[in-house]
Amino acid sequence: MSKYLIVQDVADCIGCRACEVHCKSKNHPGPDAFYCRMLKVESASEPTPKINFVYLSCFHCEKAWCIDACPTGAMRRREKDGIVYVDAKSCVGCKACITACPWTVPQWNAETGKVGKCDLCMDRIDQGLEPACVAKCVTKCLHFTTPSEATETARQAYAEQLMENRRS
Amino acid sequence: MSETKYSICGMCAVRCPVTVQVEDGQPVWIEGNANDSGMGRSLCAKGAAAFAQRDDKQRPQSPLIREGERGEGKWREVSWEEAFAYITDKLGAVINEHGARSIMFSDRGGPFADLRKAFVKALGSPNYINHDCTCGRNVHHASKSVYGMGRKGFAYDYANAKHIVLFGRNITEALKIKEVKSFLKAVKNGCHVTYIDPRASVTAGKATRYWQNKPGSDYALLLGIAHVIIKKRYYDKDFVDKYVNGLKEFRSFIEPYTPQWTAEETGISAEEIEEFCRELNQDRPKVIIHPGWMLARYRDSYYASRMIHIINALMGSIEQPGGLFYPKTPKDAGRSGLKSLGALVPGVDEERADGCGTRYPQWDAGAGMLQTAYEALEKGEPYPLKAYFVHRHDPFIALPDTDEQMRILNKLELIVSVDINFSDTAWFADVILPENTFLERASILRTEKGLKPGFGRREQCIAPLNNTKAGWEIYLEIARRMGKGEYFPFNSIEDIWTYQLQDTGLSVSDFDEKGFVKLCDEAIWYDRDNLKFGTDSGKIEIINEKWEAMGVPSLVPYEAPEAPPEGSFRLLFGRNGYQAHGHHQNNPLLNDLLRENKLWINTRAAKKLGIKDGARVMVTNGNEQGTIVAKVTDLIHPEAVFMLHGFGTRVPAKKRAYKQGLADQLFMKGKLREWDKAGGGLNLAESFVTVTPV
Repeated sequence: MSKYLIVQDVADCIGCRACEVHCKSKNHPGPDAFYCRMLKVESASEPTPKINFVYLSCFHCEKAWCIDACPTGAMRRREKDGIVYVDAKSCVGCKACITACPWTVPQWNAETGKVGKCDLCMDRIDQGLEPACVAKCVTKCLHFTTPSEATETARQAYAEQLMENRRS
Repeated sequence: MSETKYSICGMCAVRCPVTVQVEDGQPVWIEGNANDSGMGRSLCAKGAAAFAQRDDKQRPQSPLIREGERGEGKWREVSWEEAFAYITDKLGAVINEHGARSIMFSDRGGPFADLRKAFVKALGSPNYINHDCTCGRNVHHASKSVYGMGRKGFAYDYANAKHIVLFGRNITEALKIKEVKSFLKAVKNGCHVTYIDPRASVTAGKATRYWQNKPGSDYALLLGIAHVIIKKRYYDKDFVDKYVNGLKEFRSFIEPYTPQWTAEETGISAEEIEEFCRELNQDRPKVIIHPGWMLARYRDSYYASRMIHIINALMGSIEQPGGLFYPKTPKDAGRSGLKSLGALVPGVDEERADGCGTRYPQWDAGAGMLQTAYEALEKGEPYPLKAYFVHRHDPFIALPDTDEQMRILNKLELIVSVDINFSDTAWFADVILPENTFLERASILRTEKGLKPGFGRREQCIAPLNNTKAGWEIYLEIARRMGKGEYFPFNSIEDIWTYQLQDTGLSVSDFDEKGFVKLCDEAIWYDRDNLKFGTDSGKIEIINEKWEAMGVPSLVPYEAPEAPPEGSFRLLFGRNGYQAHGHHQNNPLLNDLLRENKLWINTRAAKKLGIKDGARVMVTNGNEQGTIVAKVTDLIHPEAVFMLHGFGTRVPAKKRAYKQGLADQLFMKGKLREWDKAGGGLNLAESFVTVTPV
């Protein structure tokens, strides 16, 4: 697990898919490849339909299947913050990482013949900026945070809700 | 070298303010212009695909002159010199034989149209027309007949509303960034949201109440709501007494439209309607009933919109935080506005070919009406139309029945398309003049009305990649070559900006810091005790005698829509948040998101026809047929089917999108000649199709 986390307020998400395109515009994953995806889940429930969108990119696993599977060391972890990324020069395009990942997160770039994946826009992080998907999210439903910060924020929100609902 | 440039996004008609980072002449980053607090850094998928649009080679990259037959797709790349010479020769001949009035021009309106209007006026033609017959004309005219002002005379304070009511206004997908952010604030604050649409868009998923009404029954539902509000006295009596005329007539008019009647017509139960009205009564005046954005749908859309305008008045939600407000102008901030480019050009004293203001006295002459210009073109009455400039507007997909349009436009002697893409209409033109992408061009300054009015500037961020020009360069050059250069004494965009700003006390450099200038610090609200409306009486007119004298009754009884013939469905259309108006389906990045549209069909209806989710089906209307993948869902009414608009382009140069999916407008047979008689909007939701398994 990298020390970072992207969390999503599903209630605020409108499925505009800007995150996917901000990522593609910056990271050039190639046609039909997406380092992050906004997945639609809908059902015609009563009284209002449930139409939700779920953000998925890479989990940057602590014990990453993709790194273990990579024969050339192209898939690697950045020591300082745990970001799992591909060193394009070393990638031979064997796709072992794609099949090893339980969520098939690594993406195949048909134009370069190599794998690419979300690196949380680490060049931006190093400049003190947020990943592209988060920085320009239309509704600000995506948040770039850390696990402990995310927990604090969620707990605080729950505590406030609890007090609001309590009979005085 | 790294530079920060401020532009105005040109990927869709919303035109959001954006910031572009440029390094050594290359664009490296684009985001919302965060100097505008309502915008922040937010940017939608279309804006995110701006660089991809610029790099895309499947676009016109230099001026093109047609070689083969119209629409055949044989083009010759020419120099700008040759293209201009070709146009001015043809235009000169047309003017000599038929007069300047035989020129028509259409675009998609917006804040930069002033230059194009001035161009048409300078040529000596009255026939500037915008796209609005397939957009907001019904809303606009309804607004004029109730409030005496156009549809842009109102804006909406969503963030502070207690109840937002949307008749198909799909806020989350027909997307305006600042609007949707304000809307979601309201949702978070517990605002009631009632969404009414035969198809559940994403917006239905954000609503607290969703009504899947019978297609075409919006007006019936509104009449029922008005009935309950009046009967139960759920309206703002003080506001109505002070500002609204015609309540007595209204009371007797809505008498028959009981909740039980409404339930029969719409499929929404009487209890639900009554409960909704009770809620409105509690939530008013912080109530917004959106009068419609794109409302060229049904033959009674004008009256549906008119009823919404009336109910907003009953709620007392006018010039009210959490309700509707007047977008203030520079004048409200005690300042002069931008000087119009048309001010230097002599007026044109000719009847409009489309009949706005004459044959159709109730319709605004300013925006015109394209389908009645077609009527004039076809008949040669009141006079022949011979040349057509079509500026980044694609009537072949915006208006119904493309083949019929081709037949009519083929009567023209000259068709000039100014566009960034190969639109379906551009493909039929004689000349294509490629415009710079918005990143590569500056535009004239725009006025930004709102609670804090101001002006905004699109500056050129980067050099054009191809042999293209900015719109202002193209029109000034043609005007100059047509001997009208004296009306445009400008050599650069800075000259134009300086001219526009001459009465404002501002200079061009005032825009450098933020990309826009606000003319006041505090929000301006009018005194609610002294509101003035634009009608003859100065009041909100339920009964508008001026419009009645022009043959448009103020209140008309409900006529139920035609039911779909057995085995047929009403064809509905709409859009998603990332591909609009057929402009984005071929964008390299946006094409990756969705290549083909699907046909939404109700679960029960599909079962009856033996149609399975994900299977291909045949859609037919007359001789128009095509196959498409079915999406079987309860999220659409059994009487209707739905598809996203803008698919199935017939332009082979757009290789990614060519013939992918179906084009809804092709199935609207005969609808080029059917429009809302009062408001003028085309009836784009009045076609029926059959659906069969393949």
